[in-house]
Amino acid sequence: MKTASLSRWLMFGEWRAHYVQLLAVILAIALGVALGFSIHLINTAALNEFSAASKNLTGQSDLQVHGKQSMFDEELFPMLVQYQGVELASPVLEFDVVVPEKLENRRDHKLKVMGIDMFRATEISPDLLGVTEEGNQLDGLSDDAIFLSPAAMEWLQVERGDALQLRVGLQTITLRVAGGLVRARAGQRLAVMDIGVAQWRFEYLGLLSRIELKLAPGINHETFKVKLDDTLGEHYFVTESIEQDARVANMSRAYRVNLNMLALMALFTGTFLVFSTQALSIIRRRHQFALLRVLGMTRHQLLRQVILEGIILGIIGSLLGLAFGYAIAATAIHFLGGDLGSSFFPGVQANIHFSPLAAIIFFMVGMGVTLLGTIVPAWEAAQAKPAPALKSGGEEMAISKRSMPWFAIICLTLAMIFTQLPPVFELPIFGYLAIAQLLVGGVALMPRFAAWIFAFLMRIRGQNNSGAVATLVMARLANAPHQASIALGGVLVSFSLMVAMAIMVTSFRVSVEEWLGHVLPADLYVKAASIGDQGGFQLNEQKALADLPGFARVDFFRSLQLILDPVRPEITLMARPIDMSDPSNTIPMTDAMIASTLLPQDVIPIWVSEAMVDLYGYDVGKYVTLPVGMGSQQFFVAGVWRDYGRQFGAVQMQLTDYQTLTEDYSSNTVGLWLQPGTTASKVESVLRQLPFGDALEISWSGDIRTLSLQIFDRSFAITYLLEMVAVVIGLLGVAASFSAQTLARVKEFGMLRHIGVKRRQILALLAAEGGLLTGLGIMLGFVLGWSISLILVFIVNPQSFHWTMQMHLPWGWLTIIAAVMLVAAAITALIAGRHAISGSAVRAVREDW
Amino acid sequence: MLLISLLAVNTFADTAKFKAVVPDYTLTFPHDYGVHDDFRIEWWYITGWLETENNKPLGFQVTFFRYATGQNKDNPSRFAAKYLIIAHLALSDPAVGKLMHEEKTAREGFDLAYAKQGNTDVKLDDWALVREEDGRYLVDMQGSDFGLQLSLTPTQMMLLQDKNGFSRKGPKSEQASYYYSEPHLSVTGTVIRHNKPVSVTGRAWLDHEWSSEYLDPDADGWDWVGANLDDGSSLMAFQIRRKNGGKVWAYAALRDASGHVVFFEPEQVEFTPIRTWQSPHTDAVYPVAMRIRTDEIVWQLTPLFDDQELDSRQSTGTVYWEGAVTLSKDGQPAGQGYLELTGYVQPLEM
Repeated sequence: MKTASLSRWLMFGEWRAHYVQLLAVILAIALGVALGFSIHLINTAALNEFSAASKNLTGQSDLQVHGKQSMFDEELFPMLVQYQGVELASPVLEFDVVVPEKLENRRDHKLKVMGIDMFRATEISPDLLGVTEEGNQLDGLSDDAIFLSPAAMEWLQVERGDALQLRVGLQTITLRVAGGLVRARAGQRLAVMDIGVAQWRFEYLGLLSRIELKLAPGINHETFKVKLDDTLGEHYFVTESIEQDARVANMSRAYRVNLNMLALMALFTGTFLVFSTQALSIIRRRHQFALLRVLGMTRHQLLRQVILEGIILGIIGSLLGLAFGYAIAATAIHFLGGDLGSSFFPGVQANIHFSPLAAIIFFMVGMGVTLLGTIVPAWEAAQAKPAPALKSGGEEMAISKRSMPWFAIICLTLAMIFTQLPPVFELPIFGYLAIAQLLVGGVALMPRFAAWIFAFLMRIRGQNNSGAVATLVMARLANAPHQASIALGGVLVSFSLMVAMAIMVTSFRVSVEEWLGHVLPADLYVKAASIGDQGGFQLNEQKALADLPGFARVDFFRSLQLILDPVRPEITLMARPIDMSDPSNTIPMTDAMIASTLLPQDVIPIWVSEAMVDLYGYDVGKYVTLPVGMGSQQFFVAGVWRDYGRQFGAVQMQLTDYQTLTEDYSSNTVGLWLQPGTTASKVESVLRQLPFGDALEISWSGDIRTLSLQIFDRSFAITYLLEMVAVVIGLLGVAASFSAQTLARVKEFGMLRHIGVKRRQILALLAAEGGLLTGLGIMLGFVLGWSISLILVFIVNPQSFHWTMQMHLPWGWLTIIAAVMLVAAAITALIAGRHAISGSAVRAVREDW
Repeated sequence: MLLISLLAVNTFADTAKFKAVVPDYTLTFPHDYGVHDDFRIEWWYITGWLETENNKPLGFQVTFFRYATGQNKDNPSRFAAKYLIIAHLALSDPAVGKLMHEEKTAREGFDLAYAKQGNTDVKLDDWALVREEDGRYLVDMQGSDFGLQLSLTPTQMMLLQDKNGFSRKGPKSEQASYYYSEPHLSVTGTVIRHNKPVSVTGRAWLDHEWSSEYLDPDADGWDWVGANLDDGSSLMAFQIRRKNGGKVWAYAALRDASGHVVFFEPEQVEFTPIRTWQSPHTDAVYPVAMRIRTDEIVWQLTPLFDDQELDSRQSTGTVYWEGAVTLSKDGQPAGQGYLELTGYVQPLEM
């Protein structure tokens, strides 16, 4: 027989006999690859689309000038037009307006409007030029003209010539849809109008959002940028498009990386499954291999045979994985959107682009994982001396070399060290490495652990003189821990990841719930669309609100966006009445805070969110400068608070301080506390009867809370999905390793039958073994998972999202999963066992020569 | 002269918002050198022949338009687009063989773009046309490929066209503009090409015209010529063509060196194409060589070269032929001027 056909014969023979394991391995690889690939596809699709969409807003400018506040004085524009080296300067006014007709949709009722000068934007951002009716090019300058992207037209159900109502402060104005923006991205909702008209109609007179610059040919961009930075001073930023990209990428980077890491974890779980299945299959075939060696097959040929098997499985599994992954990504984007429901990429309609490079990389990862799971057992099989291997009972010895307590200890120590290390590029790289080390170390320690536990249990049992089956089970588990541990590897990894994720998500959710209670103390909140850079409520409207009957307390809030660093997203500044006797009555403070009585004299205190500490180094007790009011003002950081709402940073200050500094007395939001005995419907009607009642957005804090938790659950939809996959992989592992083991122990069972053990008893034995092993795996998995959740809660989350949370364990969910796994494992063991003992006892033993 | 509509607009700009051109208005100076904001459109237009130090001929055209959008009357924004300033700059060099041109448009505001009252003072970013106290005009325009810095000094009296500056454009009396010309401007300055300044001297023609209603609905376009003749006389002639052949209106004025002006009635002025040229850019067919009869006299116009088409479809949307031409009378060279041919691609609306 030729080597090739021998090899084929060996392989197909094995696969035909053990197709369940074969399927499990392929499925495990495929699931791991599919998960990683689909998450990668979704993330890149969403990010590309988002940055392309933001790019066609900024056009082909060389540089952009922004203010530290969202708007700045238009006087900068003529100065830049005449600035040495500037060829073209295009002013832009960008803002969101409320669409009254869409108000019932609380999260989605705003339209982005860009005011441009069409004559100056022609060369820089041609995509923003509206298309007027034929031959009526100057209609774009009309004082009621607005141009809408196709997606915006569809959303608003309007066409060219239709009227469009938009909200300005407490008023509603009517514009005319003068045409379309044909070059807007698919799904991009955008309106464009003349900058002069926009300034006037939306009350932004004298203000601009940014100025796009095109430099004269031959001007060195770097030198120019430095010079302009110098000229403009600290109130402005000069940025390049690259920085714009960085800002877009920064907005969602932590989210994307964490998702990728989770996908890698799934692949990692898959590796254990592949490893355990391959290892068991080889242990089972030791006699076969020994026989082949005796018959003249060389070590080299044997090794090649096993690796070839691995490669074929890897290819099939990885290819399937790529196909699955693409299908998953397409489905997820179709149903959940490019941000998987997390609103990181609003208003973007992502399309998946199949990238061959990414596909090759994920294919290679799948192959690599399979080979890794194959090479160790294959090497072992090739190394074995044929003569002892031919004898029965060598299986346990075969992998005893693989149990390395030192290796496990090193892994666990490394994990400990990694937890102490700071983030890398603001990402919790070491946190994830620590998790990986914990998993590897835990699995490596498993055999020892199983031996100790079961030996200990057997000693107790021995004293109690219990039944034969129990003794057999204990003896088996205590003395052959390595096979047991291989079966456990998959259970352990998947269960511990599940536990970790469940604890993390629960901790997060409970913390968010408590936080929501704290940040929404009032009974209801009333908002108005902003007017220009001002809040929507001016002093007379504030007075009208404060004078309303039925309210115990009325608080006014003012919030606005500031840019502190051009490559980072805006931070939020919130000015509100804060209880100076104890700010934690108003703000959900962490422990880091200075009591008001201990504040230095003559400082303006601010309270910053945790993200401000991580991103900008605003530690408690520091003096910091913020662009508030005329010039830049010094503030004193008096405390740090928890903020789950704004991961890019937020600052709170006393409303009175803010008003003194800025002379801006407007307000965006009003918090209202009901007097006892006032009903909700009465309150709403009182508010609606105000002259500007129609323009008010009234939200009850209970509704906001419910909505926020809904959003939370939607963002974690993807993690629930990953958990389910981990469960499936874990159960596959249980099924695969038990069926492999019971089949390998056919001789043992035959022997037991010969000495009088009943078939039923063998089945009980198998179920008990399966249950006990899984039970141990679950116990250890819980400990491991809990440790991982500590890393997730206290390292990964603060480092990637800059917020901390308190631990909460979801006992109910954990118990259910544990029970399901236990039952599934026992049933699997039974089914596999039934198959193994179905043959006659005599035939089973006869193999044992 | 007349130029362009460019602004292929106007369905929305309600004419009633603007002042009408009336026959009995007396032009007063220096006031009428400046801008007339009450009228819809206004332009300052200069064309001329230049000669480099190596005696190479060049033609140039500089135009600043002021256009009232009729919009944003009450808009207090400094960006409010009440008036637009549009500028065209073109250079004809036989060595290049086609017209080089640049154009800019901006809304008036921020002192970046404006047309001022009281004297000619128009600016669009770094492009400017200013009339000095002594009557000299200064042009400073630098495009991306070429630029002009010219000083233009009057050598003759200004020429009020038609009825003391009231210039009829059609059968209805409101179809008219206020119109004066400054022929025989003596030019010195530099033409900058490839970042190299070249000194030039020459002779130019300036038109300043403002109006609110212009073309008859039947009009298809117009042919116009303004020429400084070698004997010191000045010739201006135009015809407005009817859509299906014939003419809506025509006019010509010939002033001799002593200042005596002869005005010609529509039926005394006749434009006859001699040779056409088809633009490879737009496929439009232009009568680039013309015979113009003003009563007894026949002038023959020959272009400096054929491809002097200005295609601004990318921006303002109009296409016209604006070229340096030589004039001859009875086979003898008579002078140099500029010929403008509009409406050969699509009918202009104004």
